[in-house]
Amino acid sequence: MTVRRFDVVVAGGGLVGMAIAWGIARLGQRVAVCDGDDIAFRAARGNFGLVWVQGKGGRCLPYARWSRESSARWHAFAAQLRRETGVDCAFERPGGIELFEQREELDSATDLLESLRRQEAALSYEVLDPAALRRRIPAASPSLAGALWSPNDGHANPLTTLRAMLQAFQQCGGVYLPRSEVAEIRPRAGRFEIDTRHAQLDAGRVVLAAGLDNARLASMVDLRAPISPLRGQIMVTERLAPFLDYPTLVVRQTPEGSVLLGDSAEDVGFDDGQTRPAMVDIARRARTAFPALAHARIVRAWGALRIMTPDGLPVYEASATYPGAFIAICHSGVTLAATHADLVAPWIAGGAAPADLSAFTTARFAAPTEARHV
Amino acid sequence: MTRRQCDLLIVGAGPAGMAAATAARAAGLSVVVADEGRAPGGQIYRNVADAAAPLAQWLGADYTTGRPLVDGLLASGAHYLPRSVVWQVAFEPAPVAMLTQGGPARGTLEIGARAVLIATGAQERPWPVPGWTLPGVMGVGAAQTLLKASGLAPSADAVLAGSGPLLWLFAAQLLNADRRVRALVDTTPRDAWRRALPHALPALRGADYLLKGWRMLRAVRRAGIPVYRGATDVRIDGESRAERIRFRDEDGIVQTLDTSLVLLHQGVIPSTQLARSLGCAHEWDESSACWRPQCDARGRSSVPHVWIAGDGAGIGGARAAALAGEVSALDIAAQLGALDTQRQAARERPVLRALHRHRAVRPLLDALYTPPAALRRPDDDTIVCRCEEVTAGEIRRLAALGCQGPNQMKAFTRCGMGPCQGRWCGTTVGELIADVQQRGVGDVGHYRIRAPIKPVTVGEMADALELSNDFQRGEFPS
Amino acid sequence: MFEPLIPSTALLERVRIHIDGTPHDVPAHYSVAAAMLAAGSAACRTSAVSGAPRGPFCMMGVCFDCLVEIDGVPNVQGCMTPVADGMQVRAMHGKARLA
Repeated sequence: MTVRRFDVVVAGGGLVGMAIAWGIARLGQRVAVCDGDDIAFRAARGNFGLVWVQGKGGRCLPYARWSRESSARWHAFAAQLRRETGVDCAFERPGGIELFEQREELDSATDLLESLRRQEAALSYEVLDPAALRRRIPAASPSLAGALWSPNDGHANPLTTLRAMLQAFQQCGGVYLPRSEVAEIRPRAGRFEIDTRHAQLDAGRVVLAAGLDNARLASMVDLRAPISPLRGQIMVTERLAPFLDYPTLVVRQTPEGSVLLGDSAEDVGFDDGQTRPAMVDIARRARTAFPALAHARIVRAWGALRIMTPDGLPVYEASATYPGAFIAICHSGVTLAATHADLVAPWIAGGAAPADLSAFTTARFAAPTEARHV
Repeated sequence: MTRRQCDLLIVGAGPAGMAAATAARAAGLSVVVADEGRAPGGQIYRNVADAAAPLAQWLGADYTTGRPLVDGLLASGAHYLPRSVVWQVAFEPAPVAMLTQGGPARGTLEIGARAVLIATGAQERPWPVPGWTLPGVMGVGAAQTLLKASGLAPSADAVLAGSGPLLWLFAAQLLNADRRVRALVDTTPRDAWRRALPHALPALRGADYLLKGWRMLRAVRRAGIPVYRGATDVRIDGESRAERIRFRDEDGIVQTLDTSLVLLHQGVIPSTQLARSLGCAHEWDESSACWRPQCDARGRSSVPHVWIAGDGAGIGGARAAALAGEVSALDIAAQLGALDTQRQAARERPVLRALHRHRAVRPLLDALYTPPAALRRPDDDTIVCRCEEVTAGEIRRLAALGCQGPNQMKAFTRCGMGPCQGRWCGTTVGELIADVQQRGVGDVGHYRIRAPIKPVTVGEMADALELSNDFQRGEFPS
Repeated sequence: MFEPLIPSTALLERVRIHIDGTPHDVPAHYSVAAAMLAAGSAACRTSAVSGAPRGPFCMMGVCFDCLVEIDGVPNVQGCMTPVADGMQVRAMHGKARLA
């Protein structure tokens, strides 16, 4: 088998891998993406589509900054993808709204946002009482306790975003290898030998962006992937006439008119199935927030596995033992796509590390952490 | 929300479901039969218990032979639930089905069972041609349903196009009622008989099927209905509805027929939606170019507690479906301890023999009537996903970029995201990717199907279950 | 497009439904889709994706092309719904509106 040589091989063709791969390819380096099979866990396909900052980083201000930075870059990121591929990421940033059924929850969330705003003025927000909420969203239930709006939040179509990045990547000369999950990585004389089902690759640098599969790959290059799966279930309605101009954490409406319903979190191991209780709970929350949704028909639903670190924060790390090996982990692949392409990719390509990233190494975990379910 | 418990839940009241219910009840199982329709019969025996006398006669003995199955079901003591749509079956760990009931019993129903028999039958094989989404274009099966259920016949300018016994059957049924159609446009390749020849001798075991088929052909010919054989390049034109059908005849000459109603048919394929949503393994059957669930000879699927019988397990026709339903019911009864294996073996022996005979003609029909690849792989300008209006060209373009399967294709193009959930585009998407990437369709795969398999309102979902006190919403850090 | 086969359907029980405001007396056992086809309408809706006209295709509940508004409820499958006396049927134009 002939060995194919690249400057960089990225393991994983999801939102994280593709953003990094495109970012490096557009710098002129020769990049290959090794992607898994058509049916695989693929957090990128299970995504709700939020570009979200509000409420993040309560225990880690750099994460709030990192998220906000990415949100600020998203418009240009999407515009470039549109120019280069014609594919529309459908990014809009009207600000995001978190809805509250209970007054106490609204109050404690307000405290959190206020403490963040004090540390970073750009993390601004507005408290909406039920009347103010209904001025922005007439369809919102009057029985809600209120909401929090922040200008930094928006949403995009995660699927077309992935498609756009793939096409832009290929147009830059990037090589996309489907059904080529990385089986093994062997560091060898400052480079890396990479085996997939069909091929042998050789690269100067390797990026682990394979989602949950990073747990298997990390030790091959003396990196750590303290991750475990956290399931989320999502349901989607038929196309509806526009009624919701803002993304919320539990309901958002797409430009096509379909409405996504979600926000669940279950610790069930590697099970991306669906359960009746979660589906019922999601439907309840949606109906509580928007009573008129009761008559909307759900036309499809799924479960998908997020990649969660113990503190929910990303991991970006370079291998000390094997320079040239990197790992990238997060559960907000849509929000962070812009910074992945704009800031993480140049670092991996050989540039300076963005200052923000120092907060996201695994050194922050007290002891080497094993991923719980591997 | 109402709850029921039973030994066996049968989904579908067509021949397989009806026969299974009767046999399962005879073995002493408690049985619920849930069906979407208003009356038992499925599609093939649609409305057979209520069809007016002249109509039943015109539809023929193969139709009326379904009546005893309906009578058997209604007398069996099974709980028969019409207008009941199963949209989910969960395993908690025993099977629990969620249904929406229409009609007077309106509401949500939860049915717990020890075993589930999927008897949801078949659907028309999707045959995308330019213009197939125009109003005035329907399936031959659809027109036959209108005849059976409503006594409505197509206007005399209707054109039947495609391939397979149903075209001839329907035309013959209409002739029985003194109705005509404008023409039959038969896309069966002229040399199909060559492929079929090796299967001719074994097919003689099902000689009655062959004789019936021959009689139908003769009736149509005698009535002087124009038949265009070896037709290719079918397309339907019209401003806002069907106005013309165009095609190349066997000499390659373009023919145009004015018509307000085009009825398409390229055989039937198993409906796999419910079985897939339960996680049943499926395989691509090359000889009939369709997906079918992996089952053993008694219909046991790859998922414990789930059996599949009838056309939904593999196309075999109505008679074979009823026999297969009986075999599965006996197996389920044995598995649930209501029937000892000796009695099961004794009872199933003659049924399996009859089943074998009724299936004998299938290889011949498959060889003759399975459309060649060119008909399964439409031109670029043809809509493939009817719901989201995605064309073959868009799918081919992405396949050429390396889009590796129907699920990624769905993510990238929305193909398969509409309410039909890929029932009308799933096979074609696989064919197109296979074609571009030079792979087998079985290797390319199919959409991953999830519940709900039919639309459910948010309100109904919200009230579908009493959430227990220990239900945790779950949160995650950061 | 479709015509009643048995003249004696005239003797069967009929119900009065309205299709886009026009009254029709149809046999009580018809589905809504059958009633619309018998009344000569090939199309029953315009697509929410492109606005293209669409009509019933499969008559067995799996194509979702026969969607109409019935008694104010949008996106109901006409082929799966029996007619009822006094029923108000309207063609489904584009996306459903929330109540």
